[in-house]
Formats: sequence, C-alpha cells, structure tokens
Amino acid sequence: MGILFFTSLGVIQFSGLFALALGRQSRLANSVGSGGALVGALIGLVPAVRLFFTGQIMTVYRPWNIPYGSLSFQIDALSAFFLLPIFLLSAVCAAYGAQYLLPYRETKNLGASWFFFNTLVVSMALVVTARNGILFLMTWEIMSLASYFLVTFEHEKNQVQHAGWIYLTATHLGTACLLALFVLLARESGSMDFDRFESLRFHTDAIAGMAFVLALIGFGTKAGFMPLHVWLPEAHPAAPSHVSALMSGVMIKTGIYGLVRILEFLTFPEAWWGGVLMIIGLTSGILGVLFALAQHDLKRLLAYHSVENIGIIAMGLGLGLFGIATRHPVLACLGFAGGLLHVINHALFKGLLFLGAGAVLHATHTRNMDQLGGLITRMPWTAGAFALGSVAICGLPPLNGFISEFFIYVCSYAALGSPDISGPAGAGIIMGLAMIGTLAVACFTKVFGVVFLGVPRTACAEQAHESGWIMVVSMIILALGCVGVAGAAPWIVSLMNPVIARITGFSAGVVHGHLTIIQQPLESVTRISALLLAGIAGLALIRHRLLARKAVAQSPTWDCGYSQPTARMQYTASSYAQPLTRMFGAFLQTQCQYAAPDGFFPQAQSHLHTHTDDLFTRRIYEPVFRTMVRLLHGLYWMQQGHVQVYVLYIAITLLFLLVWTL
Amino acid sequence: MKLWTETLIVLLILTNLKLISSSRLSACIRIVAVQGILLGVVPLLAGQNPLTWRIASLAGLTMILKGMVFPWLLLKAMRSANVRREMEPFVGYSASLIVAAGLLGFSIWMGRQLPMPFAVASPLITPMAVFTIMIGLFAVISRRKAVTQVLGYLVMENGIYAFGLSFAQQEPFLIELGTLLDVFMAVFVMGITIFHINREFNHIDADRLNALRG
Repeated sequence: MGILFFTSLGVIQFSGLFALALGRQSRLANSVGSGGALVGALIGLVPAVRLFFTGQIMTVYRPWNIPYGSLSFQIDALSAFFLLPIFLLSAVCAAYGAQYLLPYRETKNLGASWFFFNTLVVSMALVVTARNGILFLMTWEIMSLASYFLVTFEHEKNQVQHAGWIYLTATHLGTACLLALFVLLARESGSMDFDRFESLRFHTDAIAGMAFVLALIGFGTKAGFMPLHVWLPEAHPAAPSHVSALMSGVMIKTGIYGLVRILEFLTFPEAWWGGVLMIIGLTSGILGVLFALAQHDLKRLLAYHSVENIGIIAMGLGLGLFGIATRHPVLACLGFAGGLLHVINHALFKGLLFLGAGAVLHATHTRNMDQLGGLITRMPWTAGAFALGSVAICGLPPLNGFISEFFIYVCSYAALGSPDISGPAGAGIIMGLAMIGTLAVACFTKVFGVVFLGVPRTACAEQAHESGWIMVVSMIILALGCVGVAGAAPWIVSLMNPVIARITGFSAGVVHGHLTIIQQPLESVTRISALLLAGIAGLALIRHRLLARKAVAQSPTWDCGYSQPTARMQYTASSYAQPLTRMFGAFLQTQCQYAAPDGFFPQAQSHLHTHTDDLFTRRIYEPVFRTMVRLLHGLYWMQQGHVQVYVLYIAITLLFLLVWTL
Repeated sequence: MKLWTETLIVLLILTNLKLISSSRLSACIRIVAVQGILLGVVPLLAGQNPLTWRIASLAGLTMILKGMVFPWLLLKAMRSANVRREMEPFVGYSASLIVAAGLLGFSIWMGRQLPMPFAVASPLITPMAVFTIMIGLFAVISRRKAVTQVLGYLVMENGIYAFGLSFAQQEPFLIELGTLLDVFMAVFVMGITIFHINREFNHIDADRLNALRG
C-alpha cells in the first residue's frame, strides 16, 4: 500500500523533472509533464480508495538527521479523505492543462510550468500524510512556493506580478503562525512527531486556546477565511485556469485539513472555538458571495465563491466543535460530516467551474463578462458543464452541493431544540446558509445569463469556438462526479464513519448511530432527485415529440418587437446585479464613475464604470502596509550601499553576541 | 619548541600590524603571503607528537596556497586593474594602528575568557587567532579598494585557520581541506570579479558601487 503511494508520487515528481529538463522543447515537455501527473495521480487514487474499504492504515517511519525531524508518513482515514480530491482533481487538471497550455508553447517554458505543477501535486499529497512537524512545514512551504511559481506563469504582466506578490506575502504570514504553532506544541510535548502530540492531548486550557488561535490564523490564511482571504481574488484570476482549478479546488483545502488535524491533538475543545469558527464561516460565506456578485471578472468572481464555500465548510466544522464542547454528539457528527463532505463537493464543482471559465477564456481571450454573451450556441458542451456546476455550487437539490449543505441544515435543526446556546447558533447558521444560497443563485444566474445566453457583445465572443476534446472530457468527468456524489449520498455517509470517528474521538459505533439519523432523509432526497431528473427528461421528451412535426424557426435573442436590436441592449453583469449590490452597498462600497446622457438627443458620450475593490484590502491591509512602509522608510539611512558599512553591521552584531555570551 | 612557537605567534601579530599600516597594495599582498607561510609553519612546531604525514601535508598545502597561489592571483588582479596604492582609506594609517592596539587588547581579554576544552600549544595562540580575524574584518570595513577587501577576507580566513590549528590534533583532516578549498574558490572568484568590475566601472572602489543599491 505504501509502495503504491510512493510510486505514484515518484512518477509525478520525476515526470515533472523530466519535463523541466526538456525545457524549451515545449510540446514534448507538455506531454511528459501532464502525462506523468495524470498517470501518477490515478495510481495514487488506489491506496486512498482502498483504505475506505479495508480500513488498513498505512504508516512509514524513517529517522532523519534534521533536528526534531523524522520522515514519518501515515495515511489514515482523514488523510485518505483529502487524498481522494487531491489526486482526482490533479489528474483531471493535468489532462486539461495539456491542451490549455498548448497555445503558449512558443512563448513560454512549459517544462518549468509542469515541473511546478507536478511538485505542487506531490507536496499536497505529502502535506496531508506527513506525521512530523518539521516535515509538515517543509512540504507546506514547498507547496506554497510551487503554487507561487504557477500563479506567476504570465510573469511579464504587471497585474500577475502584483498578484504573485500578494500571495507570497499572505502565505508566508500564515506559515509564520504555523511555525509558532508547532514550536508551541513541541515545547509542550518535547517532540515534533504527531504521534507524540496525539498521545499527549493538551489539557492546559491556555496553551490549547493559543494553539487553536495560531492554527486558525495560519491555516485560515491558506484556506481563505474572511479577513485573511485577500490573496484569493488576486491569485486565482492571475493563474492559468487549470492551476486556479487545482488551487481553489484542493490546495486551499489543505488549510482545512491542517485545522482539523490540529483539532485532533487538542482534545475537549471549548465552546468558544466552535463559536469563532461559525462566526468566521458566516462572515466568509455572506461577504464572499456578496463580493462575488459585484465582480465583472469571471475568475475573480469564482475566487470569491471559494471564500463563500470555505465559509460553509467553516460553519460545519464550527457546529461540530460546538457539538463536542457542549456534549451533543449528534451535532458533532453531522457538523463535521457536512463540513468535510463539502470539501469534496467544492473540489468537484469549483474545479469544474474554473475549468469552464478557462475554456471561455481560452476561446475568447477575455475574463470580462461584459464582453461575452451568446456562448451557449458556440460552446454547447462547456455551457452545459458550466450550468451543471452552477446548480451544484448554489446548493440546489439534485446535485452534490445540496447534499453537504443538507447535512449542515439538519445539524442546525438538531441544535435548535436544545435549551443551551446551541439553539440560537443553529438558528443563525440556518438563516445565514439560506441567505448564502439565495445570493449564490442570483450570482450564478447572472454569470450564466451574461456569459452564455443572449447574443455576443463583442467580436471575440462572436468568434468563440468549442475547446478541444480533452478539455471537454475533463469538464464532463467532473460534472459526472457532481452527479455521482449526489446519487451515492446515502452510501457515502457510511464511508465517512471512520473519518468522523477519528476527528471526534467517538467510537465508530457511536458515530454510525448518530449518522443514521440522516440516512433516511438522504434516501428520500435521492429518490426525489431521481424523480425530478426523470420528470425533466420526460418534459424534454414531450417537447421533442411536440416539435417534431412542426417547423422550428430561430430568431435572435431579445428580438421581441425591436426593429433594430443591438447586443448592447442586453442586461450587463452590473445591471443585473445592481438591485442587490445597491441593497448591500454599505458592505460593497462600489466606486462608480457615471456621466449621464442629457437631453433627448445627447451629444456628449455618456459612460458608466463601476469597480468593487476588496473591502478588507482597501480599508485594512492597504492603510496598514502603507503606514509600515512609511515607518520603515525612516530606516533608509542604514542602507548606504557601501559594502564596508554592511560588513561593519555584521561585525558589530557578532562582536556584541560574542561579548554577551562570554 | 615553545619558544619557537611563541616567536612565530609574535611574528604573525606583527604581520597583521604591518598589513593595517601600509598603503602600497603590493606590500600588503606580500605581507599576507608571509603570514600564510608563517601559518604553514605553526602546525609543524606546535604539534606535540612527532611529525605525522597528515600535519605535514596540511602545512605544505597551506604554504603553497596561502604563500604562493593566492598572492600570485591577487598581484595579477592588481596589475590588470592598474592600481598601486590604497588612497584615502576610511580610517587613516596611524588611526588604524591605534584601533589595532585596542583590538589586540580585546583579543587577549577574550582569549582568557574563552574556555578551552583541552590544553593548547601556547596560551598566546587563541588571542592571536582572534586578533587576526578582527584585523581581517577591520581591513574589509576600513579600506576602499576591492583588492584590500579580498586581502581582509583572506586574513580573516587565516585567523579562522589559526583558531583551527589549536584543534589540529582533534580536527578531522577533511574539514581543514574543505576550508582551504573554500578560500581558494573565494579568492579565485573575487580576482575575476575585481577584473570585471574594473572593466565595467574603470575603478575598483567598493564604496562607489552604491549606484547599484535598490
């Protein structure tokens, strides 16, 4: 079992190195890099899937001569649960990327790009299996750096450099907290091995609380919890689309993994931990979807939806923690199950949506939704897959997004009945989740309507064509995954037993008992969904029959009665969202430049330009960093540019240290 | 035997003082060459045991590299860069001597403070090593020409080597060889760099390179 896992990583890493060596022979490097990642990831799926059926935990331990380090890996239920989406999405994204990157073969070194892609896949797999603090931090850092180089693929663009810089800063601030976290845990337990952390189970309240806060900031930066999310809307649009899909689909989930793993070491969480997570979840969820609504850039919009979905995951985890702390095992089991299931679901549908956005970008060379339109007739497969992904991400019934949100709804209803604080908490979650769902529907009707329906607004949308078959098949695979998870929901619950048992510390029997509560409703959900799908199919069939003997004419969209319709008469992305963005104007603070037409026959050109910056970037981070730069400017006199002076600084420091220790 | 060792150590200290007080670059390079040869002799005398091949080869290599190869490389670099004198150092020559006297006192104080895990050949050897390191650093800080800076680096390395000498019996041979190779590479690279900087900027004044700062 271990052999298969490491073979898979070896195949991925070596094909990446080989692609790097091929370098400028771009076409070959492209095939080798993506092919290796695809094959390796498929091999890697085997041990992860097998664990769920055999329950056998794989452990590898080798001493390592780095102080406190050991080469210690373990695939337990939780690791396997995260390995599944990592390997699945990596395989799909690798195949998709092979075709997506092909137009860049003359201008870019594709070998280097694939080297970093494959390194990213390997490091993610190692992050979720590492059982030693030092090893974990090293793989974590490799993961961050590999993704940084992937984000800055088009490094000649100013915007991409800016995005890369923000990402690099954010991820290192997070890592700084993680370093502090592991040093804290190691100081308490005397070792960096996770086994030791686990056997010790920190009981000191203050230490455990501090560790929780550090983990929340450190892992939350990677995951994209609300005040720390600022790198997502910058980095995801800048990266090539298959990389955005991988980063948004699974890389940010390593943050969730880390948080859950650390919670395993801190037994008996306190109620406030759950409360904090729920508040973060509600904030990220609601503000994430609101800011998504105000965007014009397709990939930036999807990036904000990642923040929203991370918020939903955080709500689930928060309810779970709350359940453990307040001795409500039902809450604990359902909350964690909902949160973790959403990890997989989000990987599927967000991967799908980013790949779809990539296909649109590939065909039209723009991410600006207001320049698109009418793509459904030009790219029918992409449009279909995107529509399915949109339904899934909105949490609408027949698809997988609904299933995980259903868990959290049921969990909140279970909390409502209890007399203590969980009652109001559950009510808050239900309201928040419903609001998020509604706004998400508004947002995705906007995206789909503006991008795929109507008539093309510009020439680039007019000349769009369907992407190559590999890209289409990749999207279809993910779409089938979305349908599959929804259809198999009642059986997936039982597969999640060991994962939940591991996190909550309950025995498998207890977990099974509590999770059966949801078994029954899930089965009816599946039945109703199947009926719904059958109904839709039936209606389509009837329509087909009725139209079969009649002449069907096609006319332009929005033709109703206008003699001279133009594409500019359609709803734009901003006009469709305007009632909602105005309602939440206090949060969004959209900047608007508007010159109204005057008179019946206006002479001067009128225009409208709206732009919604990130609230936290503009109100918090930019002022803070500007002040910091100003303060640090005061130290500029120290940088003289004389080598002699720098050596003097070093000499003085060394002498001071020497005299101090003597 | 002890008398010879101590004579050598005093001579080494004097070479340091000479380095810091002379303005002619060729004289500086020669004095560093002398220092290298003297350093090569130290292990031959300081060893308590009769001569082993290990110590002998170490001494031989040191003398060849520090006494001949490095000075030759630096003299070549100096001629190709066409500089003869260290003009207007940041710290004048008499002031440098006073600073050096202060550093010598500090080194002797520190030599007393540093606890030694075993007996060394002479109580003067540690202060001498520390003093040599500090003079090297001082040369790097207070002089303008890149050649002098390389010399300072070399002297600093000499000091580290001298410090290692007191452990010569204990220290693995490989480490000594590694240090030598390290210095060799460094001087080699610096020699080339000096030549190139000179060609680009028409001078080798390290303090005027600040046009490159960010």
